[in-house]
Amino acid sequence: MARRDAFTEHFLRRAGFGASPDEREAYEDQGVAATLDEFLAPDSTPDPVDQYIGQPGFVGVTARTPFSPNSLINDARQRWLFRMVHTRRPLQEKMALFWHQHFATAYGKIAGALGAPAAARVMAAKPSEDPVRQRGQIELFRQYALGNFRDLVIEVARDPAMLVWLDGRSNVRGRPQENFARELLELFTLGVGHFTEDDVTSGSRVFTGWNLARVGNRDDPDVQYSFAYNANQHDTGAKTFSFPIYGGGSRTIPARSAQEGQQDGLDLINALAAHPATAERLARQLYAFFVSELTAAPADFVANVGGTYLRSGFDMRATVRAVFESPDFAAPWSMYARYSWPVEFVVRAIKETGWAGFSVNSALAPLVSMGQQLFEPPHVGGWRRGPAWFSTGAVLARASFAATLAQSQRTALRDQASRYRQSPQSLVGFVLDRLTPTRFEDGPYADLLAYVQAGGEWTGSDAQLLTKTAGLVHLVLCSSEYQVA
Amino acid sequence: MAVSRRAFLEGGIAAFTWSFAAPGFLSDLARAQGASTRSLVVLYLGGGNDSLSMLVPYTDPAYYSRRPTIAVPASTVLQIGSDRAGRSLGLHPRLTGLKGHFDTGRVAIVQRTGYPESSRSHFLGTDIWSTAAPGAPAGPGWLGRYLDALPAPADPLVGWSTSRETPRTLMGDVVGVPAIPSVEGYTFATPSTGADAAAARQAAQRIFSHVPVNRPHLAFVNGTAQAALATLSRVASVAGDRPSLTYPTTGLGQALRAVAGAIATGVGTKVFWVATGGYDTHAAQNPNGANGAYMGLMATLDDGLTAFVSDLANRGLLDQTLVVQFSEFGRRIAENGSQGTDHGAASTMLLVGGRVRGGLYGTAARLDAAPDNPGLENNGGDLRFETDFRSVYATVIERWLGADSVRLLGGDFRAPGLDVL
Repeated sequence: MARRDAFTEHFLRRAGFGASPDEREAYEDQGVAATLDEFLAPDSTPDPVDQYIGQPGFVGVTARTPFSPNSLINDARQRWLFRMVHTRRPLQEKMALFWHQHFATAYGKIAGALGAPAAARVMAAKPSEDPVRQRGQIELFRQYALGNFRDLVIEVARDPAMLVWLDGRSNVRGRPQENFARELLELFTLGVGHFTEDDVTSGSRVFTGWNLARVGNRDDPDVQYSFAYNANQHDTGAKTFSFPIYGGGSRTIPARSAQEGQQDGLDLINALAAHPATAERLARQLYAFFVSELTAAPADFVANVGGTYLRSGFDMRATVRAVFESPDFAAPWSMYARYSWPVEFVVRAIKETGWAGFSVNSALAPLVSMGQQLFEPPHVGGWRRGPAWFSTGAVLARASFAATLAQSQRTALRDQASRYRQSPQSLVGFVLDRLTPTRFEDGPYADLLAYVQAGGEWTGSDAQLLTKTAGLVHLVLCSSEYQVA
Repeated sequence: MAVSRRAFLEGGIAAFTWSFAAPGFLSDLARAQGASTRSLVVLYLGGGNDSLSMLVPYTDPAYYSRRPTIAVPASTVLQIGSDRAGRSLGLHPRLTGLKGHFDTGRVAIVQRTGYPESSRSHFLGTDIWSTAAPGAPAGPGWLGRYLDALPAPADPLVGWSTSRETPRTLMGDVVGVPAIPSVEGYTFATPSTGADAAAARQAAQRIFSHVPVNRPHLAFVNGTAQAALATLSRVASVAGDRPSLTYPTTGLGQALRAVAGAIATGVGTKVFWVATGGYDTHAAQNPNGANGAYMGLMATLDDGLTAFVSDLANRGLLDQTLVVQFSEFGRRIAENGSQGTDHGAASTMLLVGGRVRGGLYGTAARLDAAPDNPGLENNGGDLRFETDFRSVYATVIERWLGADSVRLLGGDFRAPGLDVL
């Protein structure tokens, strides 16, 4: 099963979470161009993946019953990992992760404010399964994964989880508070250097009255949280910014009646979405996420992708297509030029190693030690990425997870490796082919071989295969060659 | 042999060369040095500490008029006297343990620390405090530069981050600092046991020792992994330490327990990093309620720090230990409509240790928003800094670490009046 198509694999690692051997073959048959089209149109691919939870043949979830991803955050984490492993819409899931980082919102603070079950619901509930159709934030990110960025920001500004996380729910006339407005300017759109302190003040006034409503008692399972515009709490005065708000160049949002005041926020978000700094910032973030973290995005990439974003009216489908069709993405130097995030490492390892009898529940604690707990970014800036993932503690945590996974799969791996039992070389070849690390140089390759040969003469017995295949998979999964994708 | 390769941080802006000099034989050297090692513990309050709730100007009427619901009542503060401007100050009522250590002269409080044109961004602000370079806050941290300047090869445990990652403060161009969030969890697992596990571990050690040609991003990971393996046994030895008292179960308490264990075990670490979060109190700050947000922060801080100081004092180790606390900014003077405070400018630093010259340093500003009030900035909204935070760093570098602050800070920030050590 020598690998046929390095570019398809590159694409599957970046646009998705890697591929199982079967998936890889199917996508290689289909070709990258058609696969990109398919990934960019997730709604045209059926999405039954949640129905597979608990079914044989799929990665497991906790044995706890009932499995309650709409009200227990740990079950929601498992369901998300399950989706990453098995979805047929990998790019939608990848973009949901991108937006989770971009609009980083942490469950912990929300649980403190709303209680744990309600916090899990506003973070992760599927509306179709919720008694009052609460839409969890991650469902918003899935829905708008490849949608219009301006519309996404508007939805985020009205999202119950965000209204709690950045305290918008208590932003009132007269004494506005700045949390949401500052991060909207600094992190969600323009970036530091493109706005002033006065812009923060004006921005916080814009969103006065964008509050959170609760229907029902806090502890009821069907308590409902939703955005509510409170006209009485809106600051109706004019607000001036250091950048144009309207096409004509005007920098001032006019004074409006309280009833019409919600338009202030729409006008500001529209201006922020259309600002060149936002286009460039998104282009840079997409470059780091999909292309390379080793170098800053080249100017022509930023111009091309940022330009596509602006010309398309903030359409992420067109923008992300421009990323994947860029020469930078296809360049040989962008292969394996990105450090895998912990969840990417975990999911790819599961997809490439196998999952018979393995539960994503076993990944939750290791992910915390690796530095990435889903629904719990460390702060509104999201996770520190790139080399920051590789502290000593996190490297050990990756190795420990790899050991757990390899140990759990050792019987299946032995059976699959039995065709390659004739020599240590062929066994190493099988493992390197099965997984998709970047090239091992002669030195570390020799070390892998020496490990197979350690402990006695190679006979290729079942017992040797059982131990050494799992051991090899572990060594490859925790090697530096496997930490890049 | 040192592994040296460039690694690339966020956005590819800063290029670091990290070296995890990993040889295990250095551990004996480190142990031999351990007895005389001075330890510096950097304590970061993440989110921007509202210093006006921690150190309360309880005789300033503007403090109460501008904070109608969240001011700490004068009747509840722990009075600690007046600063040299004659302004009376009191600690937050939950800081009872710290007050006790203040009374015995082990706590220095430096008011209004900051820098010109304070950034109100958490991330830029943190980078500035970490690098001590307000103009260009990229590149290595101020303590990373200190570690880089130590005689090479640096011992792999010369620094120790109790967080899951190595903070920029401790990032150097040359020396890499391990992140050890849990002493017990710091192990290398294999899928097999016995002889095969030993073989697997040896193989891993060899694989990580290679320097992938022209692939520095892989070499960086290998260097980190080598450092992890090289420090396992010494970190495990810290797990055997028994403190003289029970630490709180909070993250801060347990991190400080590990630091005390490392100091007591004499593993030779010079610089520790400890962080505690939750200080971004935009809403429902409630410093007075028994379950209020800020009361909780002060409880975590006081219980953890007090246990640490008492434990080290009990074991005769406090004289070789210095804690320096900072936060990326202070908060607005006036409360917002959410009973919280927004991002501000100057804040307060604490220095705690057996050799600290305790007391109040700096002066409290008048808090009235009059345009001519020199202590405020941002139209009277924020505290203007009085002591450049780099002056505190300079004192720590010169008088505690015994290094050249002018070289490490890229300028002379020594302040003669800042006799905190």
